[in-house]
Amino acid sequence: MASGVLALRRDAAGIAVAAALAALILGTLAAVAWQARGLSALQSWDWRAVWFTIWQAALSAALSAGLAVPVARAFARRRFPGRALLVTLLGAPFILPVIVAIMGLIAVFGRTGAINEALRAVGIGEFSVYGWQGVVLAHVFFNLPLSIRLILQGWQSIPVERFRLADSLGFGPADTARHLEWPMLRGVLPGIWLAVFLVCLTSFTVALALGGGPAATTVELAIYQAFRFDFDLGRAAALGLVQIALSLGALVLSRRMATAVAFGTGLDLAHGPVGPRGWRRAMDAVAILAAALFLLCPIGAVILQGLPRIPDLPTEVWAATLRSICMALISASIAAALCLALALTIAKTSNGWLEAAGMLPLVASPLVLGTGLFIMLRAHVAIDDLALPVTALINAVMALPFGLRALIPAARSLRADYGRLADSLNMTGLARLRLLTLPRLAAPLGFSTGLAAALAMGDLGVIALFATDQPTLPLKLYQLMNSYRMTDASACAVLLMSISFALFWLFDRGGRLA
Amino acid sequence: MMTRLSLTTLALLTATSAAAQEKPTLTIYAGDYIASEWGPGPKIEEGFEAFCECDLKFVTGDILPRILMEGDKTDADIVFGLNTDVTARARASGLFAPHGQDISDLSLPVEWGDDIFLPYNWGETAFIYDETRLENPPESFQALLSAPEDLKIVIQDPRSSISGLALLLWVKAIYGDDTPEAWEKLAPKVLTVTKGWSESYGMFTEGEADMVLSYTTSPAYHIVAEDDQTKHAAIFPEGHYFMAELAAQVAGSDQPELAQKFMDWILTEDFQTSIPLANWSMPAKLEQAKWPGVMRDLPRPDTTLFYDETQAEDLRKPALDEWLRAFSR
Repeated sequence: MASGVLALRRDAAGIAVAAALAALILGTLAAVAWQARGLSALQSWDWRAVWFTIWQAALSAALSAGLAVPVARAFARRRFPGRALLVTLLGAPFILPVIVAIMGLIAVFGRTGAINEALRAVGIGEFSVYGWQGVVLAHVFFNLPLSIRLILQGWQSIPVERFRLADSLGFGPADTARHLEWPMLRGVLPGIWLAVFLVCLTSFTVALALGGGPAATTVELAIYQAFRFDFDLGRAAALGLVQIALSLGALVLSRRMATAVAFGTGLDLAHGPVGPRGWRRAMDAVAILAAALFLLCPIGAVILQGLPRIPDLPTEVWAATLRSICMALISASIAAALCLALALTIAKTSNGWLEAAGMLPLVASPLVLGTGLFIMLRAHVAIDDLALPVTALINAVMALPFGLRALIPAARSLRADYGRLADSLNMTGLARLRLLTLPRLAAPLGFSTGLAAALAMGDLGVIALFATDQPTLPLKLYQLMNSYRMTDASACAVLLMSISFALFWLFDRGGRLA
Repeated sequence: MMTRLSLTTLALLTATSAAAQEKPTLTIYAGDYIASEWGPGPKIEEGFEAFCECDLKFVTGDILPRILMEGDKTDADIVFGLNTDVTARARASGLFAPHGQDISDLSLPVEWGDDIFLPYNWGETAFIYDETRLENPPESFQALLSAPEDLKIVIQDPRSSISGLALLLWVKAIYGDDTPEAWEKLAPKVLTVTKGWSESYGMFTEGEADMVLSYTTSPAYHIVAEDDQTKHAAIFPEGHYFMAELAAQVAGSDQPELAQKFMDWILTEDFQTSIPLANWSMPAKLEQAKWPGVMRDLPRPDTTLFYDETQAEDLRKPALDEWLRAFSR
């Protein structure tokens, strides 16, 4: 009886989180539509934006997930000095502020970038990064890290005993792939594709800066235009609805593709599977090297440029830095709690709606969300005092979908592998959380929390309508750029990037050590 | 925890501003860059508080969408930093009151007869180049259109940026009905189109593009702050498009006298001399002799192009369509 109530309460937490998310995302959209007294019709340019949005997001997601497979496999089956550090470093692009990433990509792939200088030196024509290829390149740059990490987690969820068994049965690499690796990939890839698809769906600054012009217009830009230039809130809300419809479509598709996997438990042996020798070893080395070059060179370019300027940064930047760190930590704690509650419930009930609610923040247009909140809160509270708390909360919510991608599979295996034993021992409530859930989920939870902290650090503020006299570090970066101080801005970018990364590293490492 | 935090903040605030408690507050909605340490905001706050016996409070963010949504319930007394492209919609809201200033002898290159929106500074759109990288810049807009395709420029999107919108009107003003052909010639030279001015300008200073859509006043920053004489605005005989930043007072303000006092201050020498180097733009009412040397010496176009707000509003949609068609090929 008591355990029943506790179980219900535990589910209730997850269901409440899901309901609150749905209310927040759909409620803000409704508020915008209400303010506009209804939705307005889309124009022909809007529909072109919808098509471009769909295909660039689908392609970016397929490439990110596909290219991540060989890299994740190489990391899963090879051991070398500095491997753990490299895995963490390769996560960096995902948490870069957009504007910093664009500058880094241009330094490498741009017209005067390193690649084109080299191509010119050997007499081959130029590669232009501006166009749809640039948009896809940037999206892969941002999302390959997340894909690698999530697939690697999938690999590590296969107990090493299974690989040993395969070995003793005389499996070759192809057999291992067919019986162990492919089923695992069928389980995780659709979810990863979905997450990347949704990230690319709401892309705006990247799509425009590298897209080369209005042919690369996304729905999010159309929303921005409706808000800022036409002041047509009805159209903004209609476009917001289109975005949500697209995401639900993608969600259904990815659920159809995904199959459940269960490899059972192992003894958590520390050493991983031993990879095949011969040419496959060289292939793995190439995969890791290529990924490292692709992901780290743009970051290196940004660091080279900004690092020497950091000591000269104006003092206001340091106050903003401190404020941003506090906000990121608060955001990360909220995100971790919400994420854990939701993931445990999803793992238990396998309810598709709950999972959909968890992904909703990804598809919400930040502009619609911010405006809707403004409309909803304005009548009741002194809105400008809320800027920082609202930013912290929104950032936590926005980071949730990524955290869930890492936590849901882990929570599912936890339930499948240890659930019945824990139930039969009548282990519930805090004891179960402390003795089973937290230790088993420490790694993905640390990863999720770190991600949330880093994303909150780099956030530019969903809430342009809320005023704040307490600017965060990313806002300072933009203020510097808007005042012509591009060199100070590049130093600010390095600072922002390093802190985001340090926060991520701290939680991620902490989680893996726990 | 949140409650305790805000209580502490409150305690701190009351402690520090006990002396200021009696003073009324003038609330100014302003663009984010204006109120930052590197914009004109701090100078304006200091200057006005020196004589107004009030607290000047900047509220930053997306000011026009915000005030349109708040309607007559807004807390704003003044709106500061609107651009010429939005005056029609701002005026139609009926939220703003006349400024009551004598605008007969402004130092603007265009006629200004608006009794609600008061310009406090201005500039013109221009393409900026670096003489060390572009030795032979185009000498006219026509020359830019027929320049070889390896001359690369970056511009801003008219759907997300005011300078991008100004380019739209600039080309319309020069080429009229031939605008689609002009865009077709320009398109291959456009390396990319960015969301805002800062991304474009960053690409230009990185050396990625030969020219960037910016303002005639941009070189002043490089001269004064970086001692760099190599950045110039390409001056075209066809003329350059005018842009001004505007202030207006809110009709339903609960501090109408303070708001009026602020509007009265904008065109004074005191205010106007502090603007040019804080905002990198030209003063709206100041004899040339009193301008900072660097601004006086900047090359200026002979012709300034400008559409009034009704013309601009009528042109906006069709001009945007032409632009989209040319650039979506």
